[in-house]
Amino acid sequence: MAEPNRLDGGRIDRASPLTFSFDGKTFAGYRGDTLASALLAANVKLVGRSFKYHRPRGILTAGSEEPNALVGLHRGARHDPNARATTVELHDGLVAVSQNRWPSLAFDVMAVNDVLSRFLTAGFYYKTFMWPKRFWEKFYEPAIRSAAGLGALSGEPDPDRYDTGFLHCDLLVVGGGPAGLAAAMTAARSGARVILADEDFVLGGRLNAETVTLDGEPAAVWLRRALDELHAAHNVRLMPRTSVFGAYDHGVYGALERVADHLAVAPAHLPRQVLWRIRSRRAVLCAGATERPIAFANNDRPGIMLAGAMRAYANRWAVAADRTVAVFTNNDDGHRTASDLLARGVSVAAVIDARPDAHAQGNYELHRGAIVENTRGRKALTSVDVRRADGSRVTVPCGALGVSGGWNPAVALTCHQRGRPSWDASLAAFVPGADLPPGMAVAGAANGSFSTHAALQSGADAASHALAELGFEAPAAALPLAEDAPVRIQAFWHVASGKGRTWLDFQNDVTVKDVGLAVQEGFRSVEHVKRYTTLGMATDQGKLANTGAIAALADLTGRGMGETGTTMFRPPWTPVPIAAFAGRSRGKDFRPARLTPSHDWAAEQGAVFVEAGLWLRAQYFPRPGETHWRQTVDREVRAVRQAVGVCDVTTLGKVDVQGSDAAAFLNMIYCNGFSKLPVSRVRYGLMLREDGMVMDDGTAARLADDHFVVTTTTANAALVYRHMEFVRQCLRSDLDVQLVSTTEAWAQYAVAGPHARALLAGIVDPPFDLGDDAFPYMACAELTVCGGVTARLFRISFSGERAYEIAVPACYGDSLIRVLMQAGAPHGVTPYGTEALGVLRIEKGHPAGNELNGQTSPAHLSMARLVSTKKDSIGAVLSRREGLSEADGLRLVGLEAMDGETALPAGSHLFAPGRPHDPGHDEGWITSAAYSPHLGRSIALAFLARGDSRLGETIEIANPLQGQTLRATVVHPVFIDPEGTRLHG
Amino acid sequence: MIIPHPLLGPRDAREFVYLGDAALLDRPDGLAADADRLFHDYLYLRDNPAGIHRELWFHEHGDRSWLVVTRDTVTHAILKAELAGDVARKRRANG
Repeated sequence: MAEPNRLDGGRIDRASPLTFSFDGKTFAGYRGDTLASALLAANVKLVGRSFKYHRPRGILTAGSEEPNALVGLHRGARHDPNARATTVELHDGLVAVSQNRWPSLAFDVMAVNDVLSRFLTAGFYYKTFMWPKRFWEKFYEPAIRSAAGLGALSGEPDPDRYDTGFLHCDLLVVGGGPAGLAAAMTAARSGARVILADEDFVLGGRLNAETVTLDGEPAAVWLRRALDELHAAHNVRLMPRTSVFGAYDHGVYGALERVADHLAVAPAHLPRQVLWRIRSRRAVLCAGATERPIAFANNDRPGIMLAGAMRAYANRWAVAADRTVAVFTNNDDGHRTASDLLARGVSVAAVIDARPDAHAQGNYELHRGAIVENTRGRKALTSVDVRRADGSRVTVPCGALGVSGGWNPAVALTCHQRGRPSWDASLAAFVPGADLPPGMAVAGAANGSFSTHAALQSGADAASHALAELGFEAPAAALPLAEDAPVRIQAFWHVASGKGRTWLDFQNDVTVKDVGLAVQEGFRSVEHVKRYTTLGMATDQGKLANTGAIAALADLTGRGMGETGTTMFRPPWTPVPIAAFAGRSRGKDFRPARLTPSHDWAAEQGAVFVEAGLWLRAQYFPRPGETHWRQTVDREVRAVRQAVGVCDVTTLGKVDVQGSDAAAFLNMIYCNGFSKLPVSRVRYGLMLREDGMVMDDGTAARLADDHFVVTTTTANAALVYRHMEFVRQCLRSDLDVQLVSTTEAWAQYAVAGPHARALLAGIVDPPFDLGDDAFPYMACAELTVCGGVTARLFRISFSGERAYEIAVPACYGDSLIRVLMQAGAPHGVTPYGTEALGVLRIEKGHPAGNELNGQTSPAHLSMARLVSTKKDSIGAVLSRREGLSEADGLRLVGLEAMDGETALPAGSHLFAPGRPHDPGHDEGWITSAAYSPHLGRSIALAFLARGDSRLGETIEIANPLQGQTLRATVVHPVFIDPEGTRLHG
Repeated sequence: MIIPHPLLGPRDAREFVYLGDAALLDRPDGLAADADRLFHDYLYLRDNPAGIHRELWFHEHGDRSWLVVTRDTVTHAILKAELAGDVARKRRANG
């Protein structure tokens, strides 16, 4: 529980002490700590193992760029791998464990990789695991995957809730440091709607980490006032703990808000995280800058960290990285760390500055023109080897080393729409290029304006400019007086001398030598070097490593930094859990479920449901004693053939077509003719795509001269409606016709079987005449049922039996199914589901989704003669293409199994008996198959080459997946009642 | 992406379904003598420009309008959005 490295002061809440555990050991901290700051306070330096070599690693940064200190949080299903300890807000009872080590962090068996490292250089797996080839999938890859890697998921369903939402604003300010605060205050005063988002849990950015003054007072004083003003403004939404991770088209930004991660016990009503889509008219990017390391031998030991992070830990969290520290820098910023730590009573052993002309900014030993050549200490730094300007060497004992290689403006979001940063030699940094996402401006350190004054000024200016474009008046805000120190830096990337590996990418274990190897093997493009070495491909996306790697590559290829360029920046800026993208769309809420009006009734009957697109449909209705679904389905099919059955067909798409040109419109969308269809009659319609393939089929009922009701298949309802609107609006805007989808407005039931008319006679209101003369096959009518309920009746049949479809407004659907069952009881009515529906239509040879799969022409269905040549209709011309209509092409046929009950598996391919079962002899395939209770044998529909001229032939059916060969007789696809006597009653 | 719907104002692109080149508006006459050649060209010969492109979007989760959207495929900037019905009527009026 001791905190040997805790200092006085800081911005932590000492009145709120907390306890947490790391690898099972209990530690203390305070509200306001991160996991990293609390571990450092307890002098825990070893926090992780590297990805490939399992090198001991410590905390390197104080922000979201952290590559080393990745930990697993929480127990059980809530376990959250790869959390960056530097951004984890400490709460009471937090449980954290280290990763990628076995059996323990201090003793990790896989550290043997480090000894073997000369065999594991860049691209080693491309070269090493080549032979034998089949070992890759079975052995090498699983072995490599289990040896490498970071944290593991729990494998259990995530118990937390996530949400997604939209936000709108005039100005989005990304980043709440001095630039962002100045921008937000300027905008707030103009009355514009402002969102200020920052990934940190406190706003203020580096103002929290520095000892700078504003208007002569500590920065905290001004910061308090600024935040009070913003909190009080009704037009400002402050969003701490919110990472803006991507800049998308047209001013849309993606942001992840961590709503409850910092709470020991989250209230039940709060989601854990929210994924926001922020639509902004303008944005100011004030994302600050990320410090970068210098590469030198063994620069990855625990205790070596970025100088700015070391300073942040001291100033914000009152934590010394160690009681004795040293600093290695190439710019003035490293000296700030030395003087701030000195001021807090930490011993500064030395400042090693690569610049020969460096000036000390405090009372510490300065080695000018010096470099760090090596470091010592396996699990924690003990000393650094310094080579001084005169070539002499000195060993500096220290427990921590702050390194500053300069600062990289956080340009990522400026590049999300193909922009590229440009190299600024005076800053030794890539700065935002000219090609920013539309509506975005950049201010502060993100734009290379590194001083506090420049950050405040540029933030305010960028906001004023953006607001003026939007027509807001934004009076210039009075900005506080602040330091305006120039950037003094001498580019210095890596130490060439020294023994030992010099690390660039800490997370993926890539060294300067690996980049050299890539160049030696012919890679020049920065994108190729990235992929060959895996540099920048870890969860930190090279935030620290990239610039150093580009410098190494530039050096080796004799090009400048700008010419070498950066790799492409892509979203997200920091990792976003998939769960946040999913939000509430998971489990049964993954997509909406559409229920038919008879759903509750069907559930009461014990129906088994099946998904049909978004719909849930009753698949079959098992009765007590039925042990296999086939028993149920056979019973339902027989009931339709012998008595009467009722099936909910509400899900079929329905489109109401009205207007004086309605018939002309149908003539356009269907390949067969509709203008001569009389009122009160229904016609089958075949709908083609423009390329001549069948899109869908259905019926059109003419209720009046200018009024049709079109039906579509369940699966294609949306597609067909879209297509019909396309034809109406884009191709035939000359026609007087209107469309509306009424699929959900009408509940519709098929009433099928010899007793169908008798059943309906019990519910239709007089004087409606159901007699076959008044209401023959393919008739339709509007009528009332059950004493006044509006209804539509269609005499159409999918089963081949005398059948009707009756539709009532959806609100009567539940009542109607109950009435139908009651009225049908004396006639032996049986409800049937989609499975029996499928058997009935296969017996009758009706094509459905399996046959109309988008690769079927009318000729394949033997329906070419339906395609009218007397009119123009969609798809007619190209349906007649030679390749689609050739005489020896595929034709729809029926198959009857020769050995009776053995199922003919759909998807099996067809061969002439005795011919080899190979693609060269393939003659077709089975599309739909069923057991026919009517015929007492298995049957199928199939596409067979020249099928229409092969009736009576024997065909061999190959099902190689199950090693099965069957035989069947080729028959006409209509297995039952080809003359249609049952249909007409 | 945000699509500026001519009737409904700016709408999220996810409300729309994309079809493709607005050249589909210029459907040939199916009864023409060389209809097969005309339809081949109509259906299969499309431009795929890097730059300004006129394309058809359907407001499926909205008012069911087909729109002709003029978009720069390089920058995704949307320059114009019109009702496809208006565009088709105008073309017919202009012969």
